[in-house]
Amino acid sequence: MRYAMAIDTKKCVGCGDCVVACQTENNVPHGYCRDWIVESVDGTYPSLSLEFRSERCNHCDNSPCVRCCPTGASHKAEGGIVLVTHHKCIGCGACIQSCPYDARYPHPEGYVDKCTFCIHRVEKGQNPACVDVCPTHCLYFGDLDDPNSDVSLALKDRKWKVLAPEAGTKPQLYFLT
Amino acid sequence: MKEELFVSGRDIPNIDPYLNIWHWQIPLYLFLGGLAAGILFFAGFYTVRGKADKMQATVKWAPLLAPIALVLGLGALFWDLKHKLFFWQLYTTVRLDSPMSWGAWTLMIITPISLIWVASYMKEMFPWWDWKFDFLNKAEAWVIKNRVGIAWVMMVYAVILGVYTGILLSAFNARPLWNTSILGPLFLVSGFSTGLAATILLSKDPKERKRLSQIDLIFIVIELFLIVHLFMGFLAGSQTAIEAAHLFLGGPFTVTFWVFVVMLGLVFPAVLETLELLGFHVPKWLPAVLILFGGLMFRFIMVEAGQITRYLY
Ligand code: SF4
Ligand code: SF4
Repeated sequence: MRYAMAIDTKKCVGCGDCVVACQTENNVPHGYCRDWIVESVDGTYPSLSLEFRSERCNHCDNSPCVRCCPTGASHKAEGGIVLVTHHKCIGCGACIQSCPYDARYPHPEGYVDKCTFCIHRVEKGQNPACVDVCPTHCLYFGDLDDPNSDVSLALKDRKWKVLAPEAGTKPQLYFLT
Repeated sequence: MKEELFVSGRDIPNIDPYLNIWHWQIPLYLFLGGLAAGILFFAGFYTVRGKADKMQATVKWAPLLAPIALVLGLGALFWDLKHKLFFWQLYTTVRLDSPMSWGAWTLMIITPISLIWVASYMKEMFPWWDWKFDFLNKAEAWVIKNRVGIAWVMMVYAVILGVYTGILLSAFNARPLWNTSILGPLFLVSGFSTGLAATILLSKDPKERKRLSQIDLIFIVIELFLIVHLFMGFLAGSQTAIEAAHLFLGGPFTVTFWVFVVMLGLVFPAVLETLELLGFHVPKWLPAVLILFGGLMFRFIMVEAGQITRYLY
């Protein structure tokens, strides 16, 4: 099993529903977020291109945050989902320094927190909250090892990219372009 | 042109717009670790070479500072943890992939060694000292008999500690300024140089000071060479590495780095030490104090600047 997400940058309108859904679903403290929207403008006038990206932890296959965690609090769970065990985390910040996507934040209670791909929902066969709430259906989630999963099908007939591939982390968030 | 904006109001404290999760505690900890590593290495070195009598400050007095520096450093590290009550989790696992983990274990080993070392000289340093308990006196006798062996172990751990202070940062490949293999040797050399400087300050023997200054001069030259090498490496690297180098070559850290670290912390003390060795009169504390100051600044700047270098945005 290899969980991944594909994000359609052509369909995303940057409404931020995924952000709010995540904050509600996961009880994210006020002022923090586990996912966020980036508006990216590329080129010079008049040939500009605009892209909206819903970003979150990339659940990297080669995850530096897991490698540098001194206590084993950051670890990989079933299907490659990267998680933090709260009562093992000492809040040293090593994982925050090691993440090229700045996907982690120190929770006011001390431990480090981030996107979990809503593993509590995924275990029940549901989608992450952000996926289900998206009004334009631009998020696809599923198992890359299953050729018929939403994410595999989305990646099959579209061009895609990952963010900062040069960081060598093998991210599992794919952006359809 | 490329412009990227957060449209979801992302503004996480300590993460946006600039990562600033490590504050003064970490550079201080790295400085004190390097200082202790330098002191302990040379104490071991002159013991192994049978020169303990000639190098009293190096072998006996300066090591008094080492456990103090290590404990203060650990205190600073502890202070910076956001989840302090879980501190002990560091010692329930050994994770070789994590520099933070092997740093914690290295400190766990070298701190008691440094204490034993100091304890074995207590009676020599303070004649009125008395261990009160018989078993402590026996332990002391054992340590004194095995000093050379302990010195070897201490030297090895001092090198590991010194390198670790740099590797802690260089292991983070998400921060281009840190992600270079030169940081390990650079921090090692710089730590040793600060250790020598502290010893010079404590030494009352001109011959010993001269010896230490000579070694220190070599370390300063190596350090300057490594710094040049560091920037050459960045400028020949990827775009993110080039941007990291530009923080020091025209960017916001240019003045602090070149003036405080390179000029005042390395070049100037090197000139003073050379003049002193040539027989000119130089206040003996001046080069040493400058080196300590430069070493501290170096760590503050590296930690600060490294955190604002990144791959995205
Ligand atoms: S995106 Fe960051 S936090 Fe998530 S797995 Fe990759 S390195 Fe770790
Ligand atoms: S902050 Fe927590 S999860 Fe992150 S590296 Fe430190 S102990 Fe591990």
